[in-house]
Amino acid sequence: MKFEYAPAPESPALAGIAPSHGLFIGGEFREAADGKVFTTISPSSEEVLSEVARGGPEDVDAAVAAARAAFPAWSALPGAERAKYLFRVARIVQERSRELAVLESLDNGKPIRESRDVDLPLVAAHFFYYAGWADKLPHAGYGQDPRPLGVAGQVIPWNFPLLMLAWKIAPALACGNTVVLKPAETTPLTALRFADICRQAGLPPGVVNIVTGDGEAGAALVAHPGVDKVAFTGSTEVGRGIARALAGTRKKLTLELGGKAANIVFDDAPLDQAVEGIVSGIFFNQGHVCCAGSRLLVQESVADEVLDALKRRMAGLRVGDPLDKNTDIGAINSAGQLARIRELAEAGEAEGAERWSPACDLPGTGFWFAPTLFTGVSQAHRIAREEIFGPVLSVLTFRTPDEAVAKANNTPYGLSAGIWTEKGSRILWMADRLRAGVVWSNTFNKFDPTSPFGGFGESGYGREGGRHGLEAYLDV
Amino acid sequence: MSETRLSVLKTYKLFIGGSFPRSESGRVYEVTDSRGQWLANAPRASRKDARDAVTAARAAFPRWSGTTAYLRGQVLYRVAEMLQGRGEQFRAEVAAAEGLSKSAARAAVDAAIDRWVWYAGWTDKVAQIAGAANPVAGPYLNLSTPAPTGVVAVLAPRDSSLLGLVSVLAPVVATGNTAVVVTAGTAPLPALTLGEVLATSDVPGGVVNLLSGRAAELAPTLAAHQDVNAIDLTGADEELAAELEGVAAENLKRVRRPRRSAEDWTADPGTGRLLAFLETKTVWPPMGV
Repeated sequence: MKFEYAPAPESPALAGIAPSHGLFIGGEFREAADGKVFTTISPSSEEVLSEVARGGPEDVDAAVAAARAAFPAWSALPGAERAKYLFRVARIVQERSRELAVLESLDNGKPIRESRDVDLPLVAAHFFYYAGWADKLPHAGYGQDPRPLGVAGQVIPWNFPLLMLAWKIAPALACGNTVVLKPAETTPLTALRFADICRQAGLPPGVVNIVTGDGEAGAALVAHPGVDKVAFTGSTEVGRGIARALAGTRKKLTLELGGKAANIVFDDAPLDQAVEGIVSGIFFNQGHVCCAGSRLLVQESVADEVLDALKRRMAGLRVGDPLDKNTDIGAINSAGQLARIRELAEAGEAEGAERWSPACDLPGTGFWFAPTLFTGVSQAHRIAREEIFGPVLSVLTFRTPDEAVAKANNTPYGLSAGIWTEKGSRILWMADRLRAGVVWSNTFNKFDPTSPFGGFGESGYGREGGRHGLEAYLDV
Repeated sequence: MSETRLSVLKTYKLFIGGSFPRSESGRVYEVTDSRGQWLANAPRASRKDARDAVTAARAAFPRWSGTTAYLRGQVLYRVAEMLQGRGEQFRAEVAAAEGLSKSAARAAVDAAIDRWVWYAGWTDKVAQIAGAANPVAGPYLNLSTPAPTGVVAVLAPRDSSLLGLVSVLAPVVATGNTAVVVTAGTAPLPALTLGEVLATSDVPGGVVNLLSGRAAELAPTLAAHQDVNAIDLTGADEELAAELEGVAAENLKRVRRPRRSAEDWTADPGTGRLLAFLETKTVWPPMGV
């Protein structure tokens, strides 16, 4: 007898989406200066969710002016007062987290289980953590009276829309900066809902401004002469362009870019636990994770055993409706991203790697990609070198710890890594040698507001989270 | 008899990978004192010399960055001892290079030695001020520690041939990076002599590489080099610095921009330069039974 899961969906109505959305500038919602709009869709159904103002250079101007006007008073507030605003924000996020989780899953395509259990708790925690720093900055190790930078221009990606917003806005405000934030084109809705939270919290107008739009608005924002600090999370390619554009200016820049993390499994690892970690490392959030464990390095002696267990586990993954609480893997965020994943997966086959996916029924509408793994991957293959940003795992093997380190470090990226072994000394020996900003052991894709996140090499520079995350928003 | 004795002049050479080569290009340029008197012919390093220096710095990085902080401190302290012993020579070279009085040159050299001692003492402390134990909400020991960025290209200041050089170089190597330095263009001799000090101070070959020549010729090669991880633009003017920063974006080098106003090399250096070329690595080892 076979038991089937009964559907357990959240209601889209909980998200309460308005038919149209304006830009949030100076505490008010307004249309784009040229009246242009775009639509945002649900990637799981391709249905239009709402119409959103398409901000252009003129709107960026207005938003930067509003942030500039708000800066003197906001930065002069006693830290304890700024802290209380941020505590309010954290609390309201907690109160409205069910609504925000449903909205996030609708606009982004990620499973409700993740937006509910990972994204939203981390968003609230991040505001809560940085709220407490606002009146303790002289103790942070950046001098007796560390000063804010001014207006921060922040551009965030579509993979964790609200969480990336929190990572950007919470430390910026705690340090006394004001911000103009540009959400990703395909996921503007939670950022605009956050504007409503700012309103409820009584945040002074202009302290937070949200300009929705496409790359044009982002480019205008980072290039704007009224911006003192640029923070970007996204692809290495765009990050490179921003670094180039900011050369010769006095703007402070932090970049959180791509990755091609090695998840390294030794023969003494607790294998069932490791398989869970491999799955969460690459299939969490459809693999739309810059620190995803996209290269599995497994010790040769246990490779067959690990692969058999991994395939069994992958066959149990449920792909489908993001709002269903049973769903493990949701929709790919956009048609463009789906095309990119397909192209790289095809390159993997063409270059000689062996492709495998469990049998799984994909919905007829929307953007979907079955969880996929490649074996027989060499270090020269594109699928071992390029960031796929999808649910695609490349499996390589190694014999010795030295070989594992050499293969793990053989990438221009350096964002994260994972180590699976029962031997504590080996964890630390490996961690010492891996050129990566975050090293998990016997776990993967764990985040915490107190823990600095950011990369080595072409994964960018600067840290978000923890005491280290303050530096990005202080004049030090 | 001493009046008739002809002194032995020194052939100044580059310092690459622990050796003292001439420029592979065979080029030299005239170095004069502040009054225009000829002092020496310095090697005019080529772009090939710069690439060789990067190769040497990369080769030296695993061992130097893996050296214990305590030993790195001992080795760097030894450099200060050697500097002290060569004080007379440095005073003469700095006085000629910068047109300083005897007492001013003495003060500059003394400050350079003290600066080196100061940074030697930082090697085993920097992790304690730059690191953190983070109280994550889960069963993990969460530790952030600094790791050296890698190979750092340094454009030494043009206005301070020894104290300025030491002030930018010592923090780079104290934290475990290896360095390729473009010395002050018109006053390279104290820097080249520093190479002789480093060669006799237990500093492994390749940890510090010193190139004399024209910054405008050498710096673009270093800024564009894919195996250089960071660049300190202290010695570049505003225009060159902007150009180099743009080139450095190609592999997302960490860039330290020049200050807007001239730096006071005698002032308390603070920790800014120590922390400039460090990466933060956060490790999550599990707790459990």
